[in-house]
Amino acid sequence: MSGDHAGASSALAAKVRHVEALLEQRGLVDPVELDRALTAFLAKGSPASGARVVARAWVDDGFRHRLLDKANAALPEIGLSMGGGLQEQRLKVVANTASAHNVLVCTLCSCYPIALLGPSPSWYKSEGYRSRVVRDPRGVLHEFGYDVPPDVEITVWDASADSRHMVLPRRPEGTDALSEQELANLVTRNGLIGVAAL
Amino acid sequence: MADRLPPGTRVRTRRSDPPHHTRLPRYARGAVGTVLEPEGSSPLADDRARGLPAQTETVYTVRFEARELFGQGDHSVMLALFESYLQEER
Repeated sequence: MSGDHAGASSALAAKVRHVEALLEQRGLVDPVELDRALTAFLAKGSPASGARVVARAWVDDGFRHRLLDKANAALPEIGLSMGGGLQEQRLKVVANTASAHNVLVCTLCSCYPIALLGPSPSWYKSEGYRSRVVRDPRGVLHEFGYDVPPDVEITVWDASADSRHMVLPRRPEGTDALSEQELANLVTRNGLIGVAAL
Repeated sequence: MADRLPPGTRVRTRRSDPPHHTRLPRYARGAVGTVLEPEGSSPLADDRARGLPAQTETVYTVRFEARELFGQGDHSVMLALFESYLQEER
């Protein structure tokens, strides 16, 4: 397994800044264009986008079906995409049910649906989370304060290639009267990763 | 390009430990799983990381039981694996 991303980040950031400066000096990269691409990429990604997707899926069965079948084709229905100005990545949305719970990890590095959800939380990149959640998801989720009932099957999605994943959490009970926007407010980033229930 | 491994195929992952970058995690080497679906195709990451001309391969979602990977646990693990990491298990 590669090193702890959190600890290595400042040295890595310095290296990236150095390479970026060299590329600009030699005219290989236009700094204005680079800033524009980065801003466009990061502006769209946010847990709020994931929350919008989830709320729509809760209120619209047709959208839910299309989302679980081919997420990339469904996202544009609500003005979202997995592109963020760069090459589009495949997104697979996995739904939690009364008998099945899903949780996401990237054991090899730190793959995450940044174009949709923005940067990942730092614990997601920690060696502890990445090495342990594939082996003992119940134990790790307990540490997050979520005890998965024993009769619920857990599936861990390890993003080992090009696809990215997002969890569709279960709609909390007693929310029939809420609007789509109010439902979206209930959705947390941890819920979209699968380390919490809503 | 036809997918060589249809959904439901039992497969065994490569056991070898290559001296270069690979996207087959160590914990899932030499393990038996079941193909869920092909999820697209991509140039083989092992070659790309070494700057070699990379063949485009089908990538499959493969389901493994925790017991098979770790000797214990009641959950399953889904991995996205390049076709050349996989051999049909008969």
